[in-house]
Amino acid sequence: MNPSTPPALRPDLALICDWIRPGSHILDLACGEGTLLAHLAAHQQVTGYGLEIDDDEVARCIDVGVNVIQADIDDGLRDFESGSFDYVVMTQALQALQRPDEAIAEILRVGKVGIVTFPNFGHWRVRSALAAGKMPVTPALPDMWYDTPNIHLCTVNDFEALCSQRGWRVLARRLLDRSHQEGLRIRLAPNLFSEVALYMLQAPQAAGESR
Amino acid sequence: MPADSVGLVTPQRVSIERALTLDCGRSLPRHDLMIETYGTLNADRSNAVLICHALSGDHHVAGFHSLDDRKPGWWDNCVGPGKPFDTNRFFVVALNNLGGCKGSTGPSTLNPDTGKPYGPEFPLLTVRDWVRSQAMLADALGIEQWAAVAGGSLGGMQVMQWAIDQPQRVRHALVIASAPKLSAQNIAFNEIARQAILSDPEFHGGHFYDYGVIPTHGLKLARMLGHITYLSDDAMRAKFGRLQRANQFSFNFDVEFEVESYLRYQGQSFVDRFDANTYLLMTKALDYFDPAREFGDDLVAAFARAQAHFLVIAFSSDWRFSPARSKEIVSALVKARRSTSYALIDSQLGHDDFLMPIPQYHRVLHAYLDRVATEVGA
Repeated sequence: MNPSTPPALRPDLALICDWIRPGSHILDLACGEGTLLAHLAAHQQVTGYGLEIDDDEVARCIDVGVNVIQADIDDGLRDFESGSFDYVVMTQALQALQRPDEAIAEILRVGKVGIVTFPNFGHWRVRSALAAGKMPVTPALPDMWYDTPNIHLCTVNDFEALCSQRGWRVLARRLLDRSHQEGLRIRLAPNLFSEVALYMLQAPQAAGESR
Repeated sequence: MPADSVGLVTPQRVSIERALTLDCGRSLPRHDLMIETYGTLNADRSNAVLICHALSGDHHVAGFHSLDDRKPGWWDNCVGPGKPFDTNRFFVVALNNLGGCKGSTGPSTLNPDTGKPYGPEFPLLTVRDWVRSQAMLADALGIEQWAAVAGGSLGGMQVMQWAIDQPQRVRHALVIASAPKLSAQNIAFNEIARQAILSDPEFHGGHFYDYGVIPTHGLKLARMLGHITYLSDDAMRAKFGRLQRANQFSFNFDVEFEVESYLRYQGQSFVDRFDANTYLLMTKALDYFDPAREFGDDLVAAFARAQAHFLVIAFSSDWRFSPARSKEIVSALVKARRSTSYALIDSQLGHDDFLMPIPQYHRVLHAYLDRVATEVGA
């Protein structure tokens, strides 16, 4: 089905679209109401599927004609063949998973390239809240500690340490502030000033293959 | 009459005057199909939807045959004005499959060669045979391509077979509470049902019509067994628990527990409306279904032929065709890069949930079919 043309895209999703080659085959994990896929299908001839667990979001995806598969990322991507997607994308869901490291490994198995975004827990707002002895509540992390879905938060430095430990190649990185801009401050002290981190990754054995 | 009902409907008999070669090697020179249609076929014949029935279903999907009917058709909650299969937009076609017992050519209809009911002489059929017969029906109705083919359980198997065998003729395939083939456990249940019928002395090798009897006991047992598999353990517990008719045990084999009463009632009412030979034939069609078989047991290769968009739906409490079976279908479709969506509906009742108006289920069907209708200009 041809998806409906969506409205203007959130800036971080627009940056992801810039990374994705037209005509690609994509799996979007925790795809929500299918905004990214609808946009990519309408403007970049992309095919693929969204994975989503929530009943309301699944119904919304079907409403706008986005292919959606109702499933839980934590249950694994084992039904998907290795290398069967050009890109596997997961936006702002990493920190809510049981095992983010295993999820990324699966993303890089199923996708030739993985795109992962997460809120940076090293941002100065987070640090100042902690320095004041409080769990941080920030624009990027708006929930209270007792009802947040976020159970595995990390900083940009933590994430890059994991990447290098596992041998995942960082093909591209974008670090953004709250208004999704990259300023001088972020370039000077990325782990202190970026609120949203976007990474394009590749498994070590896939190095040298298509991008 | 409710405002969202298709109202009073009259079944029609469609005579297919073409030879149909069957998978078993035999052929039927002609056959009749009983059908019902709802809504209006549009000028460019693009808004037709085929609904395939399950084991004991028939052509009476929606509406009432007379004002005295207590119940409407078997999927009335889904088919009608404003319902998911919106008859203001779609032309919905439902049939009684070949081999059925509701007026289509089958074991209980007269064999023109002998002037007697076919009985056991009627050929065993496959889902592929049904699709061939349904394609002849589409020809007879002047429908080149279905906007959608939909069905639950055994009906969903026909949908998959349609998409594989007639790729140009199916725009959308709605596969509900189904499986890519039966498991050994599924076949085992069917075999017990068949043995119940075959071993009933009143069965007379399938010639019971000649004796003026029906194999009541066998058919009843078969249906009782089936009903257990259509309900979840939780649903049975909630509905009957260990409720007894009396406070004391009676220490005999009369009905003591409510669940026994329910099963006996379901069995008995089935005997009054269904043919034993058709039941045998339907269970064999289920057992034989395996679309991957002719593609080297590769379901991905089978689906690679399909051009339809797929919507696969499973129900969490269904253990007869569990969500895992639907995931097999989805996984093969994804590997074949077919356009596919999959909804897992949280449910309580079991396999029978595909007939229930569960809000999330109908919401998904509504959303999907709205887009189908828009796409075909309905």
